[in-house]
Amino acid sequence: MLIIGEKLSIIAKRVREAMMKKDKGPIQEIATRQWKEGSGIIDANIGPAEDGGEDMMQWMVTTIQEVVQLPVCLDTTNASAIEAGLKVHNNEWGRPLINSTSNDPERFSILELAAKYNSQVIGLTVGKGGLPADAEERCAIAAEIMGRAMEYGVPLEDLYLDPLVLQIATSQDHARHVIKAISMFQEMNDPPMKTVVGLSNISNGCPKHIRPILNKYYFIMLMNAGLTSAIADSHEMAEALNEKKLIDDVLAGKEIDDAKKMAEISKTIDVIMGNTLYAHSYLEM
Amino acid sequence: MAFTPSKETYSGKVYPVTIGTGEQAVTLGGENVLAFHAFEGATPNRPVIAYEIQDVPPADWPENVRKPFEAVSSDPVTWAKYCQNELKASAIALRLIGTHPDRENRSAEDAAKTVKDVLAAISVPLIILGSNHAEKDSTVLVAAAEAAKDKNCIIGKAQEANYKTITAAAMANNHKLVAMSELDINLSKQLNILITQMGFEKERLITDPMCSALGYGLEYTYSVMERIRLAALTQNDMTMQPPMLGDVGMYVWKVKETQAPESDLPLWGPAEERGIAWEAATATALLISGSELLIMRHPKAVEAVMKTIEELV
Repeated sequence: MLIIGEKLSIIAKRVREAMMKKDKGPIQEIATRQWKEGSGIIDANIGPAEDGGEDMMQWMVTTIQEVVQLPVCLDTTNASAIEAGLKVHNNEWGRPLINSTSNDPERFSILELAAKYNSQVIGLTVGKGGLPADAEERCAIAAEIMGRAMEYGVPLEDLYLDPLVLQIATSQDHARHVIKAISMFQEMNDPPMKTVVGLSNISNGCPKHIRPILNKYYFIMLMNAGLTSAIADSHEMAEALNEKKLIDDVLAGKEIDDAKKMAEISKTIDVIMGNTLYAHSYLEM
Repeated sequence: MAFTPSKETYSGKVYPVTIGTGEQAVTLGGENVLAFHAFEGATPNRPVIAYEIQDVPPADWPENVRKPFEAVSSDPVTWAKYCQNELKASAIALRLIGTHPDRENRSAEDAAKTVKDVLAAISVPLIILGSNHAEKDSTVLVAAAEAAKDKNCIIGKAQEANYKTITAAAMANNHKLVAMSELDINLSKQLNILITQMGFEKERLITDPMCSALGYGLEYTYSVMERIRLAALTQNDMTMQPPMLGDVGMYVWKVKETQAPESDLPLWGPAEERGIAWEAATATALLISGSELLIMRHPKAVEAVMKTIEELV
């Protein structure tokens, strides 16, 4: 399981401020921590970065790789910022990953960059229209992206399919559609396609104390479906792996000793699988 | 070979909720099947339609729905009696719209007096609604709930912003309670949980997932109601088992289709007939999606929906 450390994101206030001030300290501290926690790639999410995105991405990539011997996931919608980042990326620590292309024609140029710089790339299974309704639609879009990747000269082994995790608080049905999509994606090629999710989005909008619970149990369920990588909190994911046996036991219908944990796991599984309707207080019911 | 309809059985059922007192008390809900699926299980109670009246004259209602109440609507007591005695209403919904700060801004005491006067004049159950101003409602509905103590009314609407005070008032004065959220099934469930966590019995709740008129988002209300009902029946989700309210009249009689005169839009046909049809169609859709309690305005629309219910049960 490859964890792509999610913490260097412009959404986080501390990271954003460090980026604005070009203050390497916090960036390197967070990158190092994620490395120690087990991240195999460090995500650098600089947002849409319409102004000065090239500089920013180069600064992020070099700042991270100065202290961490890992590749970087270049996460922005700005293609020229991605290219700038690829130019300075130190491939000695592994090949970079681009986040992302999709079935939107505006995102096809990302595949050109992946081919040109021998980078890996995430293919988000959305098109120009609305969101995919279910696992099958995600697969149909995945097939288009795979075809396009080959056309641009990106080997399928370098493509990570991302089924797009949505918020359980507002799009509950998609939680299980995504699990199904992860297992279906693997069937689309031999060797199986690699997969990735933006995991934490599952609990976006949920009360703070239940976010790690949803993140961790959802991660294990996706892992059981064959997930190969996740953009996630590496600390949380290490905890999830420690709890995997408990979760697997509950999934298998076994009783576990800790009754409170048992209730927490089974209620969360029920919400993820759509057996009970999500509400912020679902654990209290 | 004779046709045999395939039958579903469900693990859950909708709580029966009785409102009012004495012989005229009515019960809603209680079914363990989807709306009108009497062939699959028990449907002990018909949906209830409450006539909407308000504490101030309905100057804001379009003429075509104001007209049937012209002689009585200057006074809520006369209006309520007319609905009960002449229109044979099985319940009445008194909307205290005049308490809204942007309207007449009537005080909580004035509202309480209106409630008392109306209750003294009628024997059918009363639904007491605020002006949907979350802050004002939390004083108005508390006073109204006290004024109606032990009359087993429905008080509403408790929303995320004010549910604590309104729930406490409904609990202290033995009323039922409408919990309203804004077209979001997960928030609807959450509000019901929060209210019951205060000690309010879930069997005394009415869920209002928020109404919308035909052409103005009715399909959203329909879908939320349908999903609430499926959660209640197929998942035996107790937080989703209260009966549901469709507050139809208020939403229907403010859309263009119920107001525009025929002279402006000749292709749309006579305005009065159109408005009635609009209210009846909206109400019928919500009944089919699972609503057990409707609040409506036009007597002819009510009549049409009653006829539909008669044919469907």
